[in-house]
Amino acid sequence: MESDHITRKKPTFFKEHQEAIYKSLEDKHATVELDKSDPLSTRMILNMGPQHPATHGVLRILMELDGETITRCRLDTGYLHRGIEKMAENKTYQEFMPYTDRMDYLSPYSNNVAFCLAVERIAKIEIPEKASYIRMICSELSRISSHLLWLGTMIMDAGAISYFIWTFREREKIYDIFDEVAGHRFTVSHSRIGGVNNDFTPAAVEKIQKFIREFPKELQDWHKLLDRNRIFVDRNKGVGTINPEDAIAIGLTGPSLRGTGIAYDVRRFEPYLHYGEIDFEVPTRTEGDNLARYYCRMEEMSESIRIIEQCFQKMPEKGPVRIDDAKKAYPSKDEVYYSMEGLIHDFMMTDTGVCPPAGAESYHAIEAPKGELGFYIQSDGTGHPWRLKIKSPSFSNLQGLEPILDGEMVADTVVIIGGLDPVMGDSDK
Amino acid sequence: MKSDITASLLQQIRNFLGNDLYDIYEEYPYPLIRINTDRLHETCRFLKEKLHFIYLNDVFGTDRFTSEDRFEVIYHLISLRDQQRFFLKVYVDEESPTLPTVTDIWKSANWNEREVYDMFGIRFHGHPDLRRMFLPEDFKYFPLRKEFPLLGVPGSLELPNTTPDHE
Amino acid sequence: MSLDRVMGEGFFTTTIDALMKWGRSNAVWPMPMGLACCAIEMMAFAGPKYDAARFGSEVFRFSPRQSDVMIVAGWCTYKMSHAIRRVWDQMPDPKWCIAMGACASTGGMHRCYGVVQGVDNFLPVDVYISGCPPRPESVINAILKIQDKIREEQSLELDY
Repeated sequence: MESDHITRKKPTFFKEHQEAIYKSLEDKHATVELDKSDPLSTRMILNMGPQHPATHGVLRILMELDGETITRCRLDTGYLHRGIEKMAENKTYQEFMPYTDRMDYLSPYSNNVAFCLAVERIAKIEIPEKASYIRMICSELSRISSHLLWLGTMIMDAGAISYFIWTFREREKIYDIFDEVAGHRFTVSHSRIGGVNNDFTPAAVEKIQKFIREFPKELQDWHKLLDRNRIFVDRNKGVGTINPEDAIAIGLTGPSLRGTGIAYDVRRFEPYLHYGEIDFEVPTRTEGDNLARYYCRMEEMSESIRIIEQCFQKMPEKGPVRIDDAKKAYPSKDEVYYSMEGLIHDFMMTDTGVCPPAGAESYHAIEAPKGELGFYIQSDGTGHPWRLKIKSPSFSNLQGLEPILDGEMVADTVVIIGGLDPVMGDSDK
Repeated sequence: MKSDITASLLQQIRNFLGNDLYDIYEEYPYPLIRINTDRLHETCRFLKEKLHFIYLNDVFGTDRFTSEDRFEVIYHLISLRDQQRFFLKVYVDEESPTLPTVTDIWKSANWNEREVYDMFGIRFHGHPDLRRMFLPEDFKYFPLRKEFPLLGVPGSLELPNTTPDHE
Repeated sequence: MSLDRVMGEGFFTTTIDALMKWGRSNAVWPMPMGLACCAIEMMAFAGPKYDAARFGSEVFRFSPRQSDVMIVAGWCTYKMSHAIRRVWDQMPDPKWCIAMGACASTGGMHRCYGVVQGVDNFLPVDVYISGCPPRPESVINAILKIQDKIREEQSLELDY
């Protein structure tokens, strides 16, 4: 009978697209199908997003529900797709750097570092030692800041609002540090090809030292509140479980992969910058559920503090922060303002910039807070990349969401999304 | 140490492929080879089962903008056992841009292949769910092809109706 | 004869219109349309340091039916624009719109095929905020501008 079906309204926009995604779920016509024989079994298609507070942006999920269990789901991404790879082909390497800030906007510094390292590898540029330590310190700070936002929003999705306020208080301290170091709160664009823009000011050093002194205590307090919190543990334990074989097969990366027991961390896999000389642990868990990801990320934050401490010990007191080669990096501002050559070089850098050899290809990956972030660059000898491919961690992790959600309860969806911590700007390119 | 593994790896692949191994890119920081497109699926299976590349990191395309063999598709693999990255490259013609899918070997190729299809229009034979990844299905162009303008084709994507619908 | 004498101390007279404006302007509930990086600064705006509660805007309503001002934060793609317009249509009148950041205002640095070059192509924007992303102070400033606008422009007669 027609009246038993609540027919879906015809889509009003992007009709073919909507049809295709519903067809992919093999349900074109109805949102609710009532089975007359058993009134309790109800198949239903639930559309979540793209505007939903718990999707961390604009993710859209179509779920096929059987009662409260998700039997199948499809993700519809691309609501933030702006064509960053197309834009990269039309920018010089230095011009493209600010765009990397806006990819994974929870940890912009890591993206800057990843991009600069990739360009430095293809153009064969060595950076000064001090610059690499500054990059390491700031990347670890941005890792903490990203995990803080994850913690706040994930627990907010699970029902506790106050955590968001506490983690944001700590995040504001990191913003203040970046404000002092780079001049902006979080889209910093501080790293440059061939080094970094400027050295730490004494005030910035003091702020970072203060932060790494005080932050472990906060972390301890949060551990105390959450580790044995009945509601939090019940909400997360055994939820969103994935075993290591499936995690590898579907290509999870970052803390989500390490939560299943596979210690794949690019900082260890192929150390970049000075991570080879630093003593740190790669936290892993074997359960593979949401709680395991929580523990991994919490331990990563304290490891980051350890890394920053060691970096400060090893960082040279004095030294250049950018290489002194006008063909490869921007000259210092002193040079630009007081010498003719400096001005010309500055102009040339802005106009053409770094030109890697024609036909060269290169790949460099770093461990961003979300996982492996890599840049593949193909050069045609000009100042613009011929092709720039971003291997973004959120994209890989989101793909894992489809198999993870199968068989879970619909109420756990928001916690699982929170646990995987996708950023749509990163995933949608 | 690491170069030993790389060398033995390349030797094994050379033995397996013979003349179908077209090119080895020495300049690249990781082993990167180009192979015959017809033997792609077979090689992928060999790499996964014999050489332990169980983790497919990425699949992406490139537009070379040449008259023949216009596109190339690059597969980025990781062996966690040997701590080794590996890159595999095939050329695809513009006339019939199709490739065999590798989703039956690595499940994670699913979205990556959809992304390549979305951006370059390269179709993958046997892909379980080949829809566009980012752009809506109604969009008729492939944006990362070089002839596509940066600002897009006017009118190719619709804006919403600004008079509220009375329903 | 003044009403003060009749009603005793502690009362003052005003028009209904002024009372409405006073009430409305001091409880502007935002509908956060958080799309991209600006959403993080919008969260900072609601967070502890910048404390939107001082201006009556701390209640972030994720349901469009309960909100007064929509903050479009981040670049808006063609694909997303339909969802934004639909949410905007669902908001009850009177309603206001803030385009937060360069991308929402003009497309900003994302001058590319996927991005709508300014949300004013399909939304009536009241306040534009510059910056990429704007600092939370600017968002507070925008809320104050909206409040001024409510006090000065909106009146009871316009409502029906």
